[in-house]
Amino acid sequence: MPKIIELKNINKTYGEKTPNPTQVIFDLNLSFEASTFNSIIGQSGSGKSTLLNILGTLDKASSGEVYINNVSTQKMSKNNLSKLRNESIGFIFQFHYLLPEFTALENVLLPYRISKKPITKEVTDRALELLDIVGLTKVKDNLAMNMSGGQQQRVAIARSLINNPKIILADEPTGNLDSDTTEQVYDLLRKINKTYKTTFIIITHDRHIAEKADRIIEIKDGRINLDITN
Amino acid sequence: MKLALQIAWRFLSSAKRQTLVIILGIAVGVSVQVFIGSLISGLQTSLVDSTIGSSSHITVVSEDNNAYIDDYLTTMDQLVAESDQIEVVSPVVNMGGILEKGTQKNEILFRGFDLDKANEIYGFDLKVSEGNLPVNLNEILLGQTLKDELDLTPGDQIDIDILGNIRTLTVVGFFDFNVSVINSTWGIGTLATLQDIIGDTNAVSAIEMQIKKVFDAEALALSFDQSLSASNLKTENWMSQNQELLSGLQGQSSSSLLIQVFVIISVVLGISSVLAITVMQKSKQIGILKAMGILDQDASKVFLFEGFILGIFGAIGGVLLGLGLLYSFTTFALNPDGTPVVPLNIEFGFIALSAMIALIASMLASLIPAIKSSKMTVIEVIRNA
Repeated sequence: MPKIIELKNINKTYGEKTPNPTQVIFDLNLSFEASTFNSIIGQSGSGKSTLLNILGTLDKASSGEVYINNVSTQKMSKNNLSKLRNESIGFIFQFHYLLPEFTALENVLLPYRISKKPITKEVTDRALELLDIVGLTKVKDNLAMNMSGGQQQRVAIARSLINNPKIILADEPTGNLDSDTTEQVYDLLRKINKTYKTTFIIITHDRHIAEKADRIIEIKDGRINLDITN
Repeated sequence: MKLALQIAWRFLSSAKRQTLVIILGIAVGVSVQVFIGSLISGLQTSLVDSTIGSSSHITVVSEDNNAYIDDYLTTMDQLVAESDQIEVVSPVVNMGGILEKGTQKNEILFRGFDLDKANEIYGFDLKVSEGNLPVNLNEILLGQTLKDELDLTPGDQIDIDILGNIRTLTVVGFFDFNVSVINSTWGIGTLATLQDIIGDTNAVSAIEMQIKKVFDAEALALSFDQSLSASNLKTENWMSQNQELLSGLQGQSSSSLLIQVFVIISVVLGISSVLAITVMQKSKQIGILKAMGILDQDASKVFLFEGFILGIFGAIGGVLLGLGLLYSFTTFALNPDGTPVVPLNIEFGFIALSAMIALIASMLASLIPAIKSSKMTVIEVIRNA
């Protein structure tokens, strides 16, 4: 399997210019294969979210190289990074971050519209199909602010898929959902992984969920503590 | 619709009350600007109009005191050919004389006009209070004051002593200029009567004219002076004769401008502070848009569009409010005779300019939040969640 993301010798220090810099990631090497379903676990403060942000080019490593599709991102311009994220990476956050002023369907279409391509019937159909997959066809025209937490999270999942990204990065995507909904959401992510061959990298604190992944990586104090492939 | 514009629109319409307050703020600013600006300009127009509306803007006279302009028709043609600003040009002969009735004697300025032309300057036909304008030789129209002092009625004969020569004139009527000096000292006759008195049908004392743009009088007079330099003629203009009025007008204009500038500044400060808060309110949204790959410049456009939308609505609201204020001011602030204290003077150019300034000010005010939004990173948003 080809590597879709590769981290080489990543270090991350916060407050480098302050008297008390805090290093949160230490010389980390890690790579992910395409179409796999990976989970990252670790205690809070272990550096797992920082790692995910670096993977997603949202944050810059203090040193080291991040390769996405075999291209180094360290020296890319902000605009090129934006374009890369828009085309290749889907994000699902714990606090879903929909635009509350937009409807479910409009939220799903946002990443596509950001790419400035004209809205075609195919794209709208695809958005509707994604909403159908996440079971929200009935509420597609509701404003995000009028939806429940579970519904919003599922909209965020559909949104992360609209541009057919190769990679989905999720940070505690079920962090504020009840256990039934959590189960549903994971089944859904798994289904998407199987159907669209999308690579998933998911941070979770829920071992039960993590164990369902192809691979579990545990981060402890900014280093890889465990790396198990099921 | 463009994404940034749509986001801006949704942001604004989702916080309706806040949006309305900002729009109202801009509208009040614009309306004050429209109101003050129009009021001052109305005031000035009516002031200028009452000062020079019924008088000569530029007068050509001989350089030698009391000398006549010979061959005045040629000079008039020359002036008219030189400038298309001239609205009306009218020759006049002025003679000092003493009216005699019985033992009573009154000094007057006997003025002979080409009445068709002079009427466009002085509006004689509207000022005749009794009788008619003079038409024939040796007819005279006198002021209301003289009528009372000399106890005259239309049709009366009266003697006038001009430089020792006595001539008998027929009083054809009376005028009322609402200016006591004119009412008590002017006598109006035809050009022919006066030319007959001086014995030269080719000469006049002065050539009077009104021009289209009254504030160009000084410059135009100067250029006439140059083209008349070969002759022994010179010009006088209303501006050099009314310096005090002009400096008053100028003071008014600059204080009006000052008020308007401060209004704009307060509008700009108001909008930019509210929009700056909006950026903080919408930081989550901006953050996720950036995670999804929106370009920094597009993220900042959201707030520029917000400024634009607020500016458009604020300007429209402000113009309507300002016009409403003006209308009610001219409807309810009346003189005892029912005319408005300040006549309504709606200059669409000025109103459009005020609206445009408000729009530009709003967009200027949205620059700071736009830059803020452009600089915002996903990480700071996520970490502060």
